[in-house]
Order: sequence, then structure tokens, then C-alpha cells
Amino acid sequence: MYGFEALTFNIHGGYLEAIVRGHRAGLLTAADYNNLCQCETLEDIKMHLSATEYGPYLQNEPSPLHTTTIVEKCTLKLVDEYKHMLCQATEPLSTFLEYITYGHMIDNVVLIVTGTLHERDVQELLEKCHPLGMFDSIATLAVAQNMRELYRLVLVDTPLAPYFSECITSEDLDDMNIEIMRNTLYKAYLEDFYRFCQKLGGATAEIMSDLLAFEADRRAVNITINSIGTELTRDDRRKLYSSFGLLYPYGHEELAVSEDVDQVRAVMEKYPPYQSIFSKLSYGESQMLDKAFYEEEVKRLCLAFEQQFHYGVFFAYMRLREQEIRNLMWISECVAQNQKSRVHDSVVFIF
Amino acid sequence: MDDFIDNLPPMDLLRSEKMTFVQLIIPVESAHRAISYLGELGLFQFRDLNADKSPFQRTFVNQVKRCAEMSRKLRFFKDQIRRTSLISSMHPVLQPDIELEELEIQLAEHEHELIEMNSNSEKLRQSYNELLEFKMVLQKAGGFLVSSNNHAVSEDRELDENVYSNDGYVETASLLEQEMRPGRPDQSGLRFISGIICNSKVLRFERMLFRATRGNMLFNQAPADEQIMDPLSTEMVEKTVFVVFFSGEQAKTKILKICEAFGANCYPVPEDITKQRQLTREVSSRLAELEATLDAGMRHRNKALSSVGFHLAKWMSMVRREKAVYDTLNMLNFDVTKKCLVGEGWCPIFAKTQIQEALQRATFDSNSQVGIIFHLMDAVESPPTYFRTNRFTSAYQEIVDAYGVARYQEANPAVYTVITFPFLFAVMFGDWGHGICLLLGALVLIARESKLSGQKLGSFMEMLFGGRYVLLLMSLFSIYCGLIYNEFFSVPYHIFGESAYKCRDSTCHDAHTTGLVKYQDTYPFGVDPSWRGSRSELPFLNSLKMKMSILLGVVQMNLGIILSYFNSHFFGSSIDIRYQFVPQMIFLNSLFGYLALLIVIKWCTGSQADLYHVMIYMFLSPTEDLGENQLFWGQRPLQILLLLLALVAVPWMLFPKPFILKKLHLERFQGRTYGMLGTSEMDLEVEPDSARQHHEEFNFSEVFVHQMIHSIEFVLGAVSNTASYLRLWALSLAHSELSTVFYEKVLLLAWGYDNLVIRLVGLAVFSFATAFILLMMETLSAFLHALRLHWVEFQNKFYHGDGYKFRPFSFASLNEDED
Repeated sequence: MYGFEALTFNIHGGYLEAIVRGHRAGLLTAADYNNLCQCETLEDIKMHLSATEYGPYLQNEPSPLHTTTIVEKCTLKLVDEYKHMLCQATEPLSTFLEYITYGHMIDNVVLIVTGTLHERDVQELLEKCHPLGMFDSIATLAVAQNMRELYRLVLVDTPLAPYFSECITSEDLDDMNIEIMRNTLYKAYLEDFYRFCQKLGGATAEIMSDLLAFEADRRAVNITINSIGTELTRDDRRKLYSSFGLLYPYGHEELAVSEDVDQVRAVMEKYPPYQSIFSKLSYGESQMLDKAFYEEEVKRLCLAFEQQFHYGVFFAYMRLREQEIRNLMWISECVAQNQKSRVHDSVVFIF
Repeated sequence: MDDFIDNLPPMDLLRSEKMTFVQLIIPVESAHRAISYLGELGLFQFRDLNADKSPFQRTFVNQVKRCAEMSRKLRFFKDQIRRTSLISSMHPVLQPDIELEELEIQLAEHEHELIEMNSNSEKLRQSYNELLEFKMVLQKAGGFLVSSNNHAVSEDRELDENVYSNDGYVETASLLEQEMRPGRPDQSGLRFISGIICNSKVLRFERMLFRATRGNMLFNQAPADEQIMDPLSTEMVEKTVFVVFFSGEQAKTKILKICEAFGANCYPVPEDITKQRQLTREVSSRLAELEATLDAGMRHRNKALSSVGFHLAKWMSMVRREKAVYDTLNMLNFDVTKKCLVGEGWCPIFAKTQIQEALQRATFDSNSQVGIIFHLMDAVESPPTYFRTNRFTSAYQEIVDAYGVARYQEANPAVYTVITFPFLFAVMFGDWGHGICLLLGALVLIARESKLSGQKLGSFMEMLFGGRYVLLLMSLFSIYCGLIYNEFFSVPYHIFGESAYKCRDSTCHDAHTTGLVKYQDTYPFGVDPSWRGSRSELPFLNSLKMKMSILLGVVQMNLGIILSYFNSHFFGSSIDIRYQFVPQMIFLNSLFGYLALLIVIKWCTGSQADLYHVMIYMFLSPTEDLGENQLFWGQRPLQILLLLLALVAVPWMLFPKPFILKKLHLERFQGRTYGMLGTSEMDLEVEPDSARQHHEEFNFSEVFVHQMIHSIEFVLGAVSNTASYLRLWALSLAHSELSTVFYEKVLLLAWGYDNLVIRLVGLAVFSFATAFILLMMETLSAFLHALRLHWVEFQNKFYHGDGYKFRPFSFASLNEDED
């Protein structure tokens, strides 16, 4: 019932929407970032953050601080907020919220599998995992030798199981395979999430399809750029593109045959929304592309808050917070390594 | 008239304290001491002169950081003490004051010591846990092995190699080395792994093992007898002992990996019963040793903690104060020479000498050569509002402040609220039985004042305790009003003598049809008890309460307008007196003042006139003859006069003021139409952060609209506010009807039965209804309505409420807002 969400949305979603909007008001502002960028030491950063919503999470940290501690505590705050919202949520919002974490789950699976391949300690790897993407038997991933085992032993219990249908092979795991697995999983995940949002209908479908299409297109571009010069065939490359988004299907055809960055650029400039991103970059450059995409994403995520009575705000909030934590990590790293001149290179202002 | 008003003795609470803007120039060496002395005094509000600087760019940021670090350590101690559930004696230990630096060193030492002890005890605890787990595995798994051995001795002859994997397990390694001798190599044989795992993970663990070995394994489990303490969260965890039988080398590595992933600890169990026994003995003896060590460590730690606990409260307040001092110092500016700190702020004039004295003391104590300069300045910004309240008046001041903090030196309604608020409450809550209950509650709170004020109360109790003096006066007034209404839990009593009425004859059969006759003087105080239960009880009481509400309302609104006169007089604004106060007075009194007069006359003369009719026809046809509704001679011309006055008063309060303001403005700026040139010299003088900057613009249309809104609000408000006071009657009616219902329909009904159980039930229902509905809900609703009458009907006549509170830098207020 498009346009009539206002009638019934608040019965189940009103409280949480209010909560998430309140959380959003706690995001760091441009003034905060300006102050943070002027910090001289990590202590200064802690002091500044103690005046924000991160305060309670950092106040009990003993003094020689590390970047990892700051990031860990900030992530902990996000996780706490997420868990609170998940506890309060009813269907279908709870499923929606769970969908948000699947991306992290895929990343964690890949992290552990690659880690064990290179014979790292499992505990050490577990600490590096994003807490949002944790599931019960994640540590057992180390046991698996190939894709089939991976699926049969561990992933069959997780929500990722259906996404695995494309990549069950008996091949042994290697870096290339894992990367393909990651992208296949991600493709299946995005498509599933997209279908789920379409099923929800209303403003949620409208806004989320826009956000997810952007995500899919960005991944398509990244896959293309990263696979240039590797042994991945064109057909294999095309298989990794999600079957929706602005670039689907004609853009994908063209991307699949692109051989260098400038060709990708030529493809993308045909699409007006992406023109502005690429026009900022000089020819042959792909370093700043990530930041340009992040900036565009943040802009779109902020716009999601302009409309009421939809679930997109939850997705947008989680993404914005993650971006904020990335910013904090970058700033802290720059401060810790005395590279203050590069502070602005990768910080994406949210407001 | 003006002389009379000027000569009135000043009222303390009516005007907020006179404030003055002060600049302090403090030499660096005495700054810290000066600020802490000011904090002890708590009568100086600093302005933040560095508002544009972020916290870490300020001067004393390092000290603030150090304080934050120290308070973190203190919080750590507090947390540790709480965990050991040590009851720290709260006796403040007399101990010489220590310097902050010393404290910092001490804290660091203590923390270091404590962390070391914690890590030691954690290590011990871990090995203790391992031993304990090992013991349990030995006990339980031994049982499995024995039973399986008995089952099929012949097949399982090779079942002897056990797998041992425990890297971090050093303590018992020597003991186990003898067990590690390679067993007979046997690739096809059945082997087993035994270990222990958290209860919550068992199911998933088993499933995973099943999948990994494709079902080629046997899983035995038994719950462990004792709970094991998790060293991280210090909670007791239930664990389960398991034994997995399997075959093959690959399965072994898989199972070991899975064990590791699930955090299951594996322990080797020898096959031999004798060896098992031997091991068990050894483990038990080591356990006992470890237990002793652990206990000793625990005692040592508790001792250290309790010695910290002695000083903890004192240290905490000290660090908090230091932090506040440095935070305040950060608000000050360095002057050009960098030798002095410049601070600006507000202080009440009466405190000037105290502050100067404190500053001198600071100079003296810190052996500074240069004194602190205390220098009065003038500020354009309006000063903060500061009322000196005591514990009685503060609650009433809170009621007013909840609406808005008074503008500087504006008449403070709290002066009148002290009496009018509880009185209007009581008008709605008039029942002396309920009043006595409230009084008892209030007295309990007041009697335990000294005990309760130190404690942390729940939010509801806090509110109740804060308002204990309001509650006291409310209950006293409700007893008074209850006596007037003659209601004790809705039952009338003949307290002040006999009723003035009696039946016509001894049978009293026509009491409810023709009524009673008056045979003696009117009942001396309050309502005659004979009204109770009579046919005309409601009409009589309604008419009484309704008229009383209007009288009270008109009086209170008049008081409000008169206060607006005092305000304009105080601020010397004759325009407001002439074009606002006078027409407002005339308007209100010619309509509703007249109504109040009619009510009083009607009461005095006992006339039968219909006041509705009089008031309505005063507007509809003022010239018509009043007929039987005439109350006094000359009423008709008076009504015409009052009506005309009211009509005149409306444009009077609407038009002149804005035009006069405009004229005044033009006069003031005559010949200065071009305005002042903003010379560069001027700009330099204006310090960007100082309180001295303001520009006034005169916008006629804005002023006029403002005045129009005010006038319309007043004219309409006069009608609606008067009507609004009728809530006094409505709530009082509701209260008395409710209590009647509970009394008659519950208590009397139950008493009608000659059955003890029914009577008891009736009594219980009655007392619960009285306590929860009448004493709690009704109190709350009457409170809210009294609040509204004060905030809206009374205060909108004169109160601006756009000031800001005086928030002095004070150590006393510091202790409350943290933790």
C-alpha cells in the first residue's frame, strides 16, 4: 500500500524509527571532524570524543591508547545500538536488520578462510572479525579444506547458506577462489536483499532499491577494476555482477569487456548519476575512486533520512556509522603515525 | 502613591539579587588557589572566554587530562571494590591533605599493584580451573572408559593411545610426561579424546563433530559436578565433560581443530584404572595447594583494596574538584604579557566583599607578590537571575522556574505562590480526613529530612521529598478547606456546634420533601452539616463553590495585574503603567470585578437575583430595566458606565503604546538618520567575546503586532481565564462526589452485612480506593490544576520568564551531578 505507510507504520516501527533518528543526531558533525583533524595525539582524540556519544565507551581506557582500541570501542557502541534495535524489532523489521549484517558475515568468512590458508592463528583472526558479522560456529571455518566442506560443515547453519549454491565446488581453496567466492556470495546477498526490499514494498522498496543499486554498481566497477590484468575471463567476470542496478544489463556487457580504467570510465560516464563521480577524477586514476564513491554513498544515505515511515533509515544509519568509524580510524592512524598532512585524504564528512 | 510604594520595605524574594559584572585579573601563580577558593565560596559565575576553542586547544588541557586519567583509575578501584563486594567503611579518615601530584603517584602505584595482583590471581585461577576441569574429566571420562571396556574388551584392545593436546598447560606437564610415551602405533584402532566444554555449546559441538567425521564417531557426555568460574566475567559457568571416540589420523586433527574452535579444553585420560587413580590423587593434592595460594592472594588483594577504599571517597571528590578548577581555568584568557589570567563573570553584589576577601586570602596563601585585581565592569547582556532560597521556599521557586526563569530583577511570583499554590490546591482537595493523611505523610518526610537528604532516592521519592514543604502547606490548607466544606472522608461532623436546621416535627417524615426549618443562628464555621444528604445539597454546594472560584480567580488575576504595575514602576516604564496597566485594570474589573461585586452583594443581602441574567443582559440590552434582578440602587447606570469603560479600555491598551514608542525612537535618533559610521577605532574597542555588544533596531510593525497580540490575548484571556478558574469548583465537586461514592457504596454497603469477611473486604477496598485514587491520583490532578492556574492564569498577567539562572562555579553542586 504505497503512500499509506503513515497509517500503520508507527504501530511497530515508530519507536525504533525514533530511536534510529536519535542515534543519527549523535553522528559527528563537520565541526567535530575539524577539531579531530587538529588533534596532536590520540589522547586529544579521546578527549574530544569523550564529549560526544562515544564518551562512555572510551572513558575507562587506560592511557597509552592505540588506534585499534579507539576503533574497537567505537564499533562496540555501534554493535550495542544494533543489538538494542534488533531486540526491539518485530517482523519484518528484524529480518531487515539481520540482512544488514550479512555483508559483514561474508567478509568474516572470507577473512577466516584466507587466514587459515596462510596459517594464521584462529583466535587472532577472530579478533579481527567485524562483531556484527559473527555467528556461532565461525571459528570452525578453519577446519574446512574446500568449498564443499566449507558449506557442509559450517555455512549450512548460517543465513548465508542459500547464497552458496553457486559456488559449491570441490576445488581446493586458494586466494583467487576465495575472492571469487566472496563476490559470488555478495552478488547473491545483494540480489536477495533487493528482492526482500521489493517484497516489503512502499517507501522502503523505493529507497532501498536506490541504495542497493548504488551498492551493486559500485561493486561492479570495483570488480572490473580489480580483475583487469588477472586471469579472470570475461564470462566469469560478468557472472559476478549483480542482476540489478543502473548498469544492468547493458552497462555490465560493456564493463565485462573493459580492459583498462579509462574504458571503465567511458562506460560509467554514460550514466548521469555516475558522471559527477568520474568527472572529479583525472584520467587513468583509480586511487581516489573509493573516496568518490564513499562520498556519493554518504550523500545518498543522508537523503534516506528525508523521508519517513520506511526501513531505509536503519540501513542508512548503520552505513553512516560505519563510515564514521572508518573516518575515525583514518584520523587516528594519521595522528598516530604523524602523517597529519594526509588526514583529509580519506575522511568523508557526513554532514 | 509613588512615594508610598518607594517607601515599602524591600522584599527579599520579590526581586532577584542585584548582580554585577566583574573582571578578575589573576597572576598565574595564585590562579589555581583563587579559583578553588571561589569554588568553595560558590558565588561566582565564570563566562567562557574561549568558547571558540576546542577543549584540547585550551591552556590547561594537560591538567584536565591528568585529572581524567586519575578519575579513571579511581573508577577502576571502585569497580574492583564493588566486585569483591567489600564493604568499605565510609568513615572519612582524617588524613593530612595531600597534593595532587602525590595523589597521582599514589594512584599509579596502587593501580600497578592491583593490576599485578589481578593478573597473578588470574593466572592462578586459570591453572586452578584447568586442574579442576582435569579432575572432573578424570572422574567422568574414567567412568565412560570403564563401561566401554567392559562392553567389548576384545575389540577395543588397542584403545590405549590417548591424545593429549594442551599447549598452555605447563603446571602438570611434568606429571604428564610419563603418560606421553608413544603408545603402540596403531593406525586403524579406535582412539578417543576427552575434554570439557561449556554447557551451552555442547549441542552444536556434537553436531559439528558429527558432520566433520561424517558420523564416524561416538560422543559421550556427562554434566560436570561443580561450576567453574570464568576468569574474565567472574561468573560461574556450568560445563559438560565429553569423550569422543573416533578412528583415523585425519579425524583426529579435525576434531582437535573443532575443539579449539569451540573453546573446549582437552585433557588426556589414561586407560589404566590405577594410573587414573594416581593421577586423580596428584591432581587433588595440587588443587588443595593452589586453593590455599589463591585464598592467600585473595586476602592480600582484599587488604589492599580496603586500604584504598578508606580514602576512595575523599580522593574522588578531590580529583573532581581539581578537574572543575582546571575546567574553569580553561575559561579564562591569558593577557598580553602571559603573566596574568583574565576572567570575566557575574557575582551578586552582596557577595562582593566575600569574593574579594577570598581572593586576598588566595594571594596571601600562595605568597604572590601581586594581588588579584577585582574590577567592576558594565555589561549590556542581561545579568543572570539569582534568588537566595532556603529549603522551604526552594520548592516553590522550582515550581515557578519550571515555567521559566524570571527575567533579571523581575517580580518573582514565587513569593505569592508559597501561599496561593497550596491554597488553590486545597480548594480542590477540601477534605480534612484526606488532609490529615497528607499531613502525616508530609510530617514523616520532614521529620526524616536530615536522614533522607543524604541518600539517593528513586525518582518518585525524590520528587515527593523535594516537595515536602509544598506537601505540608497543601495538607494544612486542605484541612482548613475541609473544615469549611465540612467533609471528613465525605462525612460531615458537628464540630462547631449544632446544626441551624431541624425537622418540622419529631418524626422527620417530610424532611426530604418539604425540607427543614431554621431554628437558630447560622452554623458558625463552614457548611452546615444538615445540607448533607438533603435534596438541595448539590445545588447549594455548586452555587457556593462556583461563586467562590470566581471570587478567588478575580482576586488572583487582579494581583497579577498589580504585580505588573510594580514591575513597570520598578523598571521606570511609565508607558506601561499608563497604557497597559490602567486599561487592563479597568477592563478586568468593569466586567469580572463587577461580577465578583454582585456575588458578594448577593451573599450579603440574600437576594434571589439571577446573576447569569444580569451579566448576559448587561451586554445584550444594557438599557433595559433589570426588574426583579436588581440588587442595588443605581445598578443600571453603573452597568452602562462599566460597559463603556470596558469598551474604551480595549483601544486604549492597543493603540497608544506602539505609537508612543515609535515617537520616542524617532526623537532619540533625530538628526542621526545617517547612522553612525562604524569607525575602525570603535571596532577595536569591542572585544569580540565580551558581554558588551548590542544594537537595537526599531521595527514598528513588529512592535504593533506584538502589542495587538498582547491586547487580544488579554481581552479574550479575561473571559477564558475567569472561566478557567471554575476548575476549582469542578475538581472539588469531583473529589467530594468520589469520596462519597467510596464511603456510601463501599464502606456502608459492606457494613450493612452482618458478616465479618464482607466487612473486612469492604474496609480493604475502601482504604485502597482512598489511598490510591483519592490520596494519590486526586492529589496529582489537583496539583496539576493548581499548577496550571498559576502558570497560565496568574503569571501571564505580568511574568516574562525569559531570564537565565545564575550558575555559580561551586564545589557543592559538583558532587551531585556526577555519578
